[in-house]
Amino acid sequence: MSTTKMYKFSDATMARAQEIISRYPADKKKSALIPLLHLAQVEFDGWLSADAMTYVAKLLDIQPIEAFEVASFYSMFNLKPVGRCVIEVCRTSSCWLMGAEDVVRHIETKLGIRAGQTTADGQFTLKTVECLGACGYAPMMQVGDAFHEFLTLEKVDTLMEGFKEEYAVAHSGYL
Amino acid sequence: MGKKLLLDKVSVAGIQGYEVYRREGGYAAVEKAFTMDAATIVDEVKKSGLRGRGGAGFPTGLKWSFLAKPEGVPRYLVCNADESEPGTFKDRYLMEKLPHLLIEGMIASSFALGANTSYIYIRGEYAYVYKIMERAIKEAYQAGWLGKNIKGTGYDLDLHMQIGAGAYICGEETALLESLEGKRGNPRIKPPFPAVAGLWGCPTVVNNVETITAIVPILKMGGEEYAKIGIGRSTGTKLISASGHINKPGVYEIELGVSVEDFIYSDEYCGGIKGGRKLKAVVAGGSSVPILPADLILTTAKGEKRLMTYESLGDGGFVTGTMLGSGGFIVMDESTSIVKNLFTFARFYHHESCGQCSPCREGTGWIEKILNKILRGQGTSQDIDLLWDIQSKIEGKTICPLGEAAAWPVAAAIRHFRPEFEAYIKNPTVDVKHYYRLRELEMA
Repeated sequence: MSTTKMYKFSDATMARAQEIISRYPADKKKSALIPLLHLAQVEFDGWLSADAMTYVAKLLDIQPIEAFEVASFYSMFNLKPVGRCVIEVCRTSSCWLMGAEDVVRHIETKLGIRAGQTTADGQFTLKTVECLGACGYAPMMQVGDAFHEFLTLEKVDTLMEGFKEEYAVAHSGYL
Repeated sequence: MGKKLLLDKVSVAGIQGYEVYRREGGYAAVEKAFTMDAATIVDEVKKSGLRGRGGAGFPTGLKWSFLAKPEGVPRYLVCNADESEPGTFKDRYLMEKLPHLLIEGMIASSFALGANTSYIYIRGEYAYVYKIMERAIKEAYQAGWLGKNIKGTGYDLDLHMQIGAGAYICGEETALLESLEGKRGNPRIKPPFPAVAGLWGCPTVVNNVETITAIVPILKMGGEEYAKIGIGRSTGTKLISASGHINKPGVYEIELGVSVEDFIYSDEYCGGIKGGRKLKAVVAGGSSVPILPADLILTTAKGEKRLMTYESLGDGGFVTGTMLGSGGFIVMDESTSIVKNLFTFARFYHHESCGQCSPCREGTGWIEKILNKILRGQGTSQDIDLLWDIQSKIEGKTICPLGEAAAWPVAAAIRHFRPEFEAYIKNPTVDVKHYYRLRELEMA
């Protein structure tokens, strides 16, 4: 990662951040921490570096450690760089019953990586995740904020072609 | 067809938007609430017999009546939309299809509780639902149902969305409040309960999405009428999230009291087991409730038909019964490995333990490891006893119920399917070698 990277929200994101901060009493700004970490993750390449977390902490008048202890608790925050398109496959009970393991194995073979890894070209990261609340529409995967449900291996192939075309879907999404 | 109180308008085109929702009779419950005083509304909710739909089943009216009302201190209503219990997806469905129903329920409930600021805390993965809710809230502001001096009543209410970031534990109400305050989701020691010291130390009520939406029909029809639906202390309707090996998975609104057999086999609901295969087991109320084998889910140990009610599903305690829980209804056919299914639950709870209490933090890890060992074909029959021992040492020894939630599925699987565990250990199947991936063990 470049050390000269500037951590500063765009005007649009800053306006969004200010609107979120206004949802809480003036002395309770820290409540905006999780939403703002989401904004930072989207804006700063899909992951939260120490500098990104420090930037968010400053916006909220809290210590950097307070941002770090929160970011490290929640599974949606990436504390390491990820690919441009992050594929998250649910693997808990109902999804497992309906064939989630086949989906994971299929994507692993396709990308030549294992769950938890990123392709060498930095395009895809594959993750397995715990129940995302799509049990009746299993198996499923999430990319950006979109749920892709009733997956078959053919459907996965088609979807992944689309992700190649417009991998901006990667971090679009949260908030 | 059973009565639909929440989903009656779900298939009306455009019901997601304010105009159609209003035209279909939306916000009438708020209008009615504004003609009543707060205490009367709480009484109506008490009379309705409504019980918390998130899983615990605590009487909602009673919970509301505990809310402390010290002078000059704000009170808060927080809606728990953190839905994360495996097998449960009803709140997502409600918010996605009927966002204004939740807003209507939030306004009426906030008014009854005297809250002027309310929050809906939604899990991070439901970001697209968050956006649907934000749009609907904006419409409600524009239509004058939120903001200052609502409809000339002098009542002010601001309603905000708050998003989480991936943590099952935030469905526990005090962990949710911690998270809403911008902290790690570590459950608080109780007492004090949120009703006395909740959000930012102020009196707070936390209710599940479905509970809040049920306030709308209760206000419209009156608590007594609502209580006529259902059986005994299981009043009204309940959303059931049906998944697994069934012909028609999805979200169904049932009148409490439908028989489990009808729910699984009738075309009105699940439509029977996929491929005409035999039923093996059901997890009736989300991953944390005890799994029951086919015979015990269809009939109680006394030989009575098992009904979809809090009492009937609980009949027999944990020895032969289970719980209605969140209504996350996972159906498993004869081909299902109970051992492997339990492993997915164990992995889930280990991943989701917040780490605050050692029995849960360490116990969930050991349960996952031992099940791993069994699945890898290296188990011994002592491992089954060890699993039993570990789960018994988590239950009742933690700050929050995640400990129980992790322990109960292990106990029930062993209680009802011990021979299957033994068979697996004696003869690790093709399934193990072919299907099970060793590296998952390395990563665990």
